[in-house]
Amino acid sequence: MRDRYPDYDVADKRATPSWNDATRTALDQRLAVHPGPRFLDAAAFATLQALCGRILPQGERTHPVPLAAYVDEKLWLDKRAGFRNAELPPLREAWQRGLAALEAEAQRAYGRGFAALDPASQDALVGRMAAGGLHDPAWGDMPCALFFAERVMAEIPRAYYAHPSAWNEIGFGGPASPRGYVRLDFDKRDPWEAAEAQPGREAEARKANSRVGR
Amino acid sequence: MSTSASPHDPVTPRAKDGRAPDVFVPDGWVPMRCHADTEEVDFAIVGAGAGGATLAARLAEKGFSVVCFDAGPYWRPLEDFASDELAQEMLYWTDPRITGGADPIALAGNNCGKGVGGSTVHFSMVSLRFRPEWFKSRSKLGYGYDWPVTYEEIAPYYDQAERALSISGPVKYPWGPPRGPYPYRPHEVNAPGLILGRAADRMGIKWCSTPLATVSAPHGKSPPCVYRGYCHYGCSTNAKQSALVVWAARAVKAGAEIRDMAMVGQVETSADGARATGVRYHREGEWRVQKARNVVVSGYAIETPRLLLNSATPKHPNGLANSSGCVGAYLTTQSGPGVWATFEEDIRWSKGPPNMAVTEHWNYTDEGKDFHGGYAFMSQGPLAREWGQNLATSRGLWGEDLQRGMADYNHTMGFVPVGEVEPRACNTVTLVDDEFDQYGLKIPKVTFSYSDNDKRLIEHSVKFMGHMLDAAGGRDQWRNDDTSHLLGTCRMGDDPRTSVVNADGRSWDIPNLWVCDGSLFATTGGVNPSLTIQALALRCADRIESLARRGEL
Repeated sequence: MRDRYPDYDVADKRATPSWNDATRTALDQRLAVHPGPRFLDAAAFATLQALCGRILPQGERTHPVPLAAYVDEKLWLDKRAGFRNAELPPLREAWQRGLAALEAEAQRAYGRGFAALDPASQDALVGRMAAGGLHDPAWGDMPCALFFAERVMAEIPRAYYAHPSAWNEIGFGGPASPRGYVRLDFDKRDPWEAAEAQPGREAEARKANSRVGR
Repeated sequence: MSTSASPHDPVTPRAKDGRAPDVFVPDGWVPMRCHADTEEVDFAIVGAGAGGATLAARLAEKGFSVVCFDAGPYWRPLEDFASDELAQEMLYWTDPRITGGADPIALAGNNCGKGVGGSTVHFSMVSLRFRPEWFKSRSKLGYGYDWPVTYEEIAPYYDQAERALSISGPVKYPWGPPRGPYPYRPHEVNAPGLILGRAADRMGIKWCSTPLATVSAPHGKSPPCVYRGYCHYGCSTNAKQSALVVWAARAVKAGAEIRDMAMVGQVETSADGARATGVRYHREGEWRVQKARNVVVSGYAIETPRLLLNSATPKHPNGLANSSGCVGAYLTTQSGPGVWATFEEDIRWSKGPPNMAVTEHWNYTDEGKDFHGGYAFMSQGPLAREWGQNLATSRGLWGEDLQRGMADYNHTMGFVPVGEVEPRACNTVTLVDDEFDQYGLKIPKVTFSYSDNDKRLIEHSVKFMGHMLDAAGGRDQWRNDDTSHLLGTCRMGDDPRTSVVNADGRSWDIPNLWVCDGSLFATTGGVNPSLTIQALALRCADRIESLARRGEL
């Protein structure tokens, strides 16, 4: 994908009036996440890491968003959503069972663990999970499509798009307190917002983006 | 560093020992009149949101002694609120609940608040009145139920609420009975709102800037809105006129006590079951009982029926105030299917309040509908995480498809309606018999399914909003399904056999037990409910004062 907001780094605004103390504290904690696993066992964690890599591929990035660590932290804290579908078990049990079942499906279909599969085979299994097409006894009474929709797709994207790296990718302004925004009209950006590169004019955007923290 | 409870300390109350947090001053305090548990206060109010905090303020201002309980914290937004979607999940009610039915409602997000101010701490501030006929929709429009009050009875309280909240809105509002300008000037409409305007102009329907409960000019200690866009995650500048900033502050100033981190588990009743005598509540690790002459339940449409059901006694085996069987029944929400499109223009919908332009066209037009009811719809502005979740869970995108979809974030716009939903007895809040929360209380189960009429309304709105997006030049349209608001589980009425409370919110079964929140709604209408909840609370306070004067309390 083309880099639409080259050199934009929302963290450059950390010391500006766009970030208050509570925001700095919250994001410092987020970036200092325990690498895990603390709740899942090593095998389940490896499956989770591979799954995260298919839901939000991060290629060969130097500093990938540690998605599995965020999910494991949530399980370790048993931080539940506050409601659950009547057909799903509680948070921890849903993840443990879902990851074990995915592993069992990989063994059944390919004779190897999910983490050891090539991306195309992993995607094929994920696609079947999404479509409700996996039925290994390891799922128990938990519908695989519901696990995918309510746990996998809720929690992995939420962890990713809570991370400043993801905000940089999409040109999201990020924290804005106490300073908000002044220019609300079409095609207008405040100097502390991400500049989008027009093809052939990347240098201009780079220059504007280098100044968002001033 | 503050010596008081930090936002990450989930247990320690702040409002005690004669003082409450000053919401306008970091680490600040205001004096608060406190009551002993053994002192029989005039009113114990359960819940400090749009219903409870409003009522607490007005009753205290009229000289009644009031203790208002809230299960969550007493925030100081200036010091506690981060500009961050994830960190601000602390504002939601995340105690365990089960959701089911054919169309299970997602809970624990924007439709449930925990803390002084309730859901208004993270609401979208849209402050619209009911269409007058909705209070008598059965008689006047041929569907739903009649409320036991008329628009004319509520109108003065809408005026009062709009003034108290300094609603910023148009000089001339295009729909409803003639009215004067809103108290504060309208906000500048952001790019998403201008798209709604452009589309409405091309389709020949009316639109306007949304009347919002965030100030467009200073009011008291509230500075004007700075268009941060984090309104659903708490306003860290206090521009938002939430129940925390407006009514709780007024309540404490007038002599009410607000008890934060105090979860009420039961309404206590006398041995003969004829009277409420107080509330049993959990605070600082122990159960206590506050004596009261009157109890008002203001916990919103899940916690209110849950508390009444959890308060069952041998005299009231089906729960308090439930001889009609309507406690927990007729649960309604409002349908909120979204239609989304991509635009060439740079829109940056994260800037400004999320709903800056509105059309109530289909609330006030009765022709051309294949359904009963109405809907308003508004421009939208979800933040990055919320949008990522929507693309993933609603559109089913993952992998590079998800990343490609998210790359268009600043070029995306959409409309979401607030759609009227038919109140039906089969949609319920009930207790789960074998599952308990952290206080040992039975957890609630929410069961919800749309009716055929609801589905026709949803499809009508999706089709119309799609035409609007086409007219505005959007491409790659897609739709999702969602809901907002929870209403109707202790509905008011004229008949004790089919309603829980009368027009004043007073329960038919126990005369000193009241309800004051969104559970009162007999029908939902097609607008956000907060202004109507506050108007009902303001009216309830006046009614209580009149009844007290006549010795009928």
